Amino acid sequence: MTDLIGFTREDAGQPPSLCPAYASTVPRSPRQPLVRIPQTLTELTGPAGCWDNLMGSALADLTTQHKAMPQGQRIIVAGRVLDERGRPVPNTVMEIWQANAAGRYIHSKDRWDAPLDPNFTGAGRVVTDAEGRYRFTTVRPGAYPWGNHHNAWRPAHIHLSLLGPAFATRLVTQMYFPDDPLIEIDPIANAIPLPYRQRLVSRFDIETTTPNWALGYLFDVVLRGRDATPFEDDHHD
Amino acid sequence: MTEQVNPAPRLDNQDPGLFGQTPSQTVGPFFHYGLPWKGGADLVGQSEMGARPELFPEDHYVLNLAPPKGPVSGQVITLEGVVFDADGKPVPDAMIEIWQANAAGRYASPDDGRTELPLDAGFIGFGRASTSEEGLYRFKTVLPGAVPGPGDSLQAPHIAVSVFGRGVVKRLATRVYFEDQAANDADPILALVPADRRDTLIARKTKGEQGDAWRFDIVLQGARETVFFDI
Repeated sequence: MTDLIGFTREDAGQPPSLCPAYASTVPRSPRQPLVRIPQTLTELTGPAGCWDNLMGSALADLTTQHKAMPQGQRIIVAGRVLDERGRPVPNTVMEIWQANAAGRYIHSKDRWDAPLDPNFTGAGRVVTDAEGRYRFTTVRPGAYPWGNHHNAWRPAHIHLSLLGPAFATRLVTQMYFPDDPLIEIDPIANAIPLPYRQRLVSRFDIETTTPNWALGYLFDVVLRGRDATPFEDDHHD
Repeated sequence: MTEQVNPAPRLDNQDPGLFGQTPSQTVGPFFHYGLPWKGGADLVGQSEMGARPELFPEDHYVLNLAPPKGPVSGQVITLEGVVFDADGKPVPDAMIEIWQANAAGRYASPDDGRTELPLDAGFIGFGRASTSEEGLYRFKTVLPGAVPGPGDSLQAPHIAVSVFGRGVVKRLATRVYFEDQAANDADPILALVPADRRDTLIARKTKGEQGDAWRFDIVLQGARETVFFDI
């Protein structure tokens, strides 16, 4: 399989599995070192191009899934999915889920007593176009308290899940908002060392903002990219 | 109109100097209405395995309603196990994904160019399962065929696994091998795993709650910690 091109390994912006300030990682992160393996056909392939057979067809507007408009500040989130060399990743699925405008998830285990919104589920998915572009409409999620430590609050965030072209490129992340002071004191955002944490902060964009309709935010997602050199064995060290 | 433009208050996603891999974040505890669809864990049939629709109101289910499936060649298997934390407690808010070749050893991916091997029209080989309150995940799929490894080597039948969950900051990657496969002894990836930890990657034949099953527990930490890979 000498014609396969492998993907770059993790860069310095990826978090360690153990982040003690985020208490749930303490019993849920491995202590043994990861075993480094070469990327084989297994890691270099993935269910590309058939996402609608798996997760379902696109749901790019999270504000029109029910009888009426949800409560909250309507926003548009747009951007591109790219690889590390800046090349677009076309026809790839991005799954989206989030809390409502009050910071409450439509989930029976969410005990935060902010109101549920019957007109907002907070789940959707988009697929990138030939230039890697995506765009979805939602409401800005609220911050909410959680039990990690005294007076802990999660900054407003949108969960994003991407398959990318291969098993090796799988990514789940969270997008934050530029005017949110909670980012700096959030153990989950702080799992990412500076300056890389700022990669998770979207940018307000007046061009994406639609007059008399919705504020716009830009957020590009960068997946691991194919190495420049053909992959044969594990010579990356 | 003024020409005033807001300065960026801090570095952000659009700063060219920060360009690079988007960092991983946890799925958190509330992913069930957003990720694991009904049937996501059944790669060969029409069941609704994989989802936890009891965790949110029915009218908020917006995931795939009818994943198309078709005839699949090979041996249908059940793959199941419990996800445990460092204290031996089951993890009720984990999500497991699998990726595998079909029975002929071909991946349903444009990057597997071995067109001489058959594809099954109804089989993609990707699945997703949430764990139950008891930490149990269960897939229905087919036993994969052997696939090429580095150089001229051949890999024993295996399934690639991703583990996500609350408290799991980045995807944990591992593999399932099957105990009755003679090819395990020559597998180039198993050979990279310390011998005394290799058995954490081997599924065992068991009598499960729903009949014969391959049992593959996932231990996130501690004694018998599952081997996870840097890929």
